[in-house]
Amino acid sequence: MEEVLLRATGLVAGYDLPVAGPLDFDLRRGEILGLAGPNGAGKSTLLKALWGGVTVFGGQVEKATGLAISHQAQGFADLRGVPLTGRELLALTGASPAGLPPWLLDRLDWRLDRLSGGQLQFLRLWACLTAQADIVLLDEPSNNLDRAGVDYLADWLARSHADQGFIIVSHDLALIDRVCTRVIQVGAM
Amino acid sequence: MNLDLLVDPLFRVPFLTGLLLAGLLPLIGMYLRLRGEWLAALAFAQMASAGALLAMVLGWPMLAGGAIAALLASLAKGLAAAAGANAYALMMLLAWGAGVLLVANHPLAEQAGHALFDGQLYFTGEGHLLAVALICAGVLPVLARLNRSLLLARFFPEFHQARGLDAGPGLMLFDLLAGVVIALATVSIGVMAAFALVFVPPLVAYRFGRSWRAGLGLAAAIGTAGYTAAFAISLAFDQPFGPVCAVFLVVIFLVPGVKSDRL
Repeated sequence: MEEVLLRATGLVAGYDLPVAGPLDFDLRRGEILGLAGPNGAGKSTLLKALWGGVTVFGGQVEKATGLAISHQAQGFADLRGVPLTGRELLALTGASPAGLPPWLLDRLDWRLDRLSGGQLQFLRLWACLTAQADIVLLDEPSNNLDRAGVDYLADWLARSHADQGFIIVSHDLALIDRVCTRVIQVGAM
Repeated sequence: MNLDLLVDPLFRVPFLTGLLLAGLLPLIGMYLRLRGEWLAALAFAQMASAGALLAMVLGWPMLAGGAIAALLASLAKGLAAAAGANAYALMMLLAWGAGVLLVANHPLAEQAGHALFDGQLYFTGEGHLLAVALICAGVLPVLARLNRSLLLARFFPEFHQARGLDAGPGLMLFDLLAGVVIALATVSIGVMAAFALVFVPPLVAYRFGRSWRAGLGLAAAIGTAGYTAAFAISLAFDQPFGPVCAVFLVVIFLVPGVKSDRL
């Protein structure tokens, strides 16, 4: 049996008040777990609860010791006007440019505010996706991506990543169906 | 116009003091702008000037008074982080009011007040130069170490936290460094010259820098070149340094902006 990286038991999370859960699941190396559910079900909140980014009101999260987690959040800081290149952005998370789609590789030394919205989103996603990590948390990764970007992401995820576990929150059911090895439905509280 | 003054040994110490600051202040400004906190620079400078004036009235070294006031301001900024720009505006009003009242009511503070507000850096002495050199030597490596953490906390806050990294201590350290550097600059080259060097070179660098690293270099280059030109102009035409520096830096920003708009 594959190694369990993380186990959530009766997890209830929120901010001032609980907004998500209870939820039970575990994540093993090599697995791509999808969290699906309606808007407002608290899927993003549950992702943050896995590393202590929100208040856990009930249940618990157990993780293997020494795990590195990479979290791609749904909202990103506004990068307009900041003289930062794609290569510098990737270096922040320690991500590698190797494997980037060709339509981004030749723009790595451009300022980010010269990229299209889709290119910028893919680069931000790539920075978290390929950072050194045991667990990769992706929150609505296909948002703002064009079809080519979604296809590239799905193909990349579909390749073997036996030493990592992924959790994907997405309203894009086609992407969830295409890449996830297991899907958990998250209902509103 | 007396160009001989430019090579007068009397002005070497003030020039070198300002030159070091003109290279360092824009770097501080790059990170303040990154965090949308450039207004904090003006608050720190105003607090430092009020602190320096108060120290003078009490018979303490102005440098120490300015540094303590700016450190208190940076601590207050950290504690009142949620207040954002409101906190800076309140600090500026408090410091400006206190400074002007000290100048108006205490004869000792009057001359020093004018030097701080007008930016008469020709009164800068070897003590200032030594302090600025030591601060530069200490701050530059720390800034280099904080660079990645400050950028990560700005652009990937969840990634940063999920890694188990707490951005708080780094941000607090940066605020303290910014407070000390701006306080030294305020006491050495005046309130608005210090603010202009924190604010304008990064404004140009954000617009024209080809990368973050190049932007840092560009900001420092604009700061030192603008400062040198302003120093020479103010000396040659016997004008107060602060206003000349501020106007010259704004012109540096406007001229390429107009050209690129025409293109």
